[in-house]
Amino acid sequence: MSTSAKMETRNMSFYYGESKALENISIAFQACRVTSLIGPSGCGKSTFLRTLNRMNDIIAGTRVEGEVLLDGRSIYDADVDVVDIRRRVGMVFQKPNPFPKTIFNDVAYGLRIRGLRNRTELYDRVEASLKAAAIWDEVKDRLNESALGLSGGQQQRVCIARALAVEPEVLLMDEPASALDPIATQKIEELIRALRDRYTIIIVTHNMQQAARISDETAFLYMGKLVEVGKTDMIFTKPSCRRTEDYITGRFG
Amino acid sequence: MNASTTKETAIKTGFLVVALASIVILAMIVVFLFREGLPIFRKVSVRDFLLGRYWYPTADPPDFGIFPLIVGSVVVTLLSCVIAVPLGVLSAVYVSEIAGSRMKEILKPAIELLASLPSVVIGFFGMVVVAPTLQEWFDIPTGLNVLNASIMLALMAIPTISSISEDALHGVRRELREASLALGATRWETISRVMIPAALSGLSTAVILGMSRAIGETMVVLMVAGGAAAIPESIFDACRPMPASIAAEMAEAPFRGDHYHALFATGVVLFMMTLAFNLVADMIAAKYKQVGTATL
Repeated sequence: MSTSAKMETRNMSFYYGESKALENISIAFQACRVTSLIGPSGCGKSTFLRTLNRMNDIIAGTRVEGEVLLDGRSIYDADVDVVDIRRRVGMVFQKPNPFPKTIFNDVAYGLRIRGLRNRTELYDRVEASLKAAAIWDEVKDRLNESALGLSGGQQQRVCIARALAVEPEVLLMDEPASALDPIATQKIEELIRALRDRYTIIIVTHNMQQAARISDETAFLYMGKLVEVGKTDMIFTKPSCRRTEDYITGRFG
Repeated sequence: MNASTTKETAIKTGFLVVALASIVILAMIVVFLFREGLPIFRKVSVRDFLLGRYWYPTADPPDFGIFPLIVGSVVVTLLSCVIAVPLGVLSAVYVSEIAGSRMKEILKPAIELLASLPSVVIGFFGMVVVAPTLQEWFDIPTGLNVLNASIMLALMAIPTISSISEDALHGVRRELREASLALGATRWETISRVMIPAALSGLSTAVILGMSRAIGETMVVLMVAGGAAAIPESIFDACRPMPASIAAEMAEAPFRGDHYHALFATGVVLFMMTLAFNLVADMIAAKYKQVGTATL
């Protein structure tokens, strides 16, 4: 277990009420790498992702055992402010979920709740975020229109811009391209590759080719357990577990 | 094959007749209302009727100016909104966003139960409990006044506003709440900056339907508004909202006399106002739906 990990879980188990959704997961995510989480539906990928920014806290009756560390500090300690954790660990959801606000106000939302009021600074940060999310050229003339008028792929990039605007350290992405067409998906993938220099990215995907294309590391989850994690090319060419191989080659899942 | 088609058609027609019945009844009532109300305008102009400041229908010569009645209705409705909107909307926010599931199980039915109180019971409560209390607190000659009526109407509007508001908040996609929380917003920031704005059109519908309920309510205002057909100058003055006037006077108005027609015309005015409220609520709801599907 490397100590330089940006984020890691140690013997982490997760429960929905009495039922155990994740079992004893230990995994480390290095800074400025893209890690893909793959596995069949219901294997706990999304649940796992949501333990990393404590999104599961809002579901009643859930419980975490073991440790989740961000820069070596447990994020579930009693004295940790969950709001602060979510500021440092951003999230992009499966379905684009722009707020019913203008594009500008949507991206500025996270900055405003942090108390940023200065118009010029807000504008600069919004512009930088939209540029980083590779959507600036498409929306720069319609910042005062609703994001709901954009295509799904554009909406998703606005959502990514919104997450980037607050300068998180880790970016969690829950199947960010699964609701999009192939061209939009390609744009999101290019974006993820470009973002890897500055962020630690953890992405859940159903799409094996996508995992192979965009990630440095790949983790395979099955029935709430971590089966195997390693360099993406190793996982896809020489997996050490039979089950991983079966899944990757499409024998099940 | 043929028999089943016939049966199908019969069933279809049956349901059509049932569905049309309410439209037919509505149309008949509206026609009747106008037929009985319009003749008064042979005696007074529409302008004098609506804006006349004196309502002395039994004097000689009579005055048929319903302006004080309109003002009475509008004032008690608006004041009841001032009371009911914050209570209704905020209780909906609490039930939908903040309360735990146990609290929700108690609160939600309790609020809905408030709607099942007969209006005469609420009016009785206003007369016997609220009126003497107001009289004592504010040292006023009578507790049967605008304020009392507004409080009682607010009690009746709260369940309407609260349950429609709760539906509106509930209808906001879970993803929006999560998006806000994931950006590091607190629960309160999420409620005030995302949930309420996203539910705004539904909340407006709730408020308008609550108002529409308040303005048409008769028994409560008949019992606690005080009954004076004058323009109230303060919230401690008595007033005579339109429904109270119609209910109180209809029995003694000579059949098809001027007074009778004037009361029906008052009913027409009241009908127009509630119709307007409902149309606005529908328009907002329709717009809201459009946005809803565009979101998907």
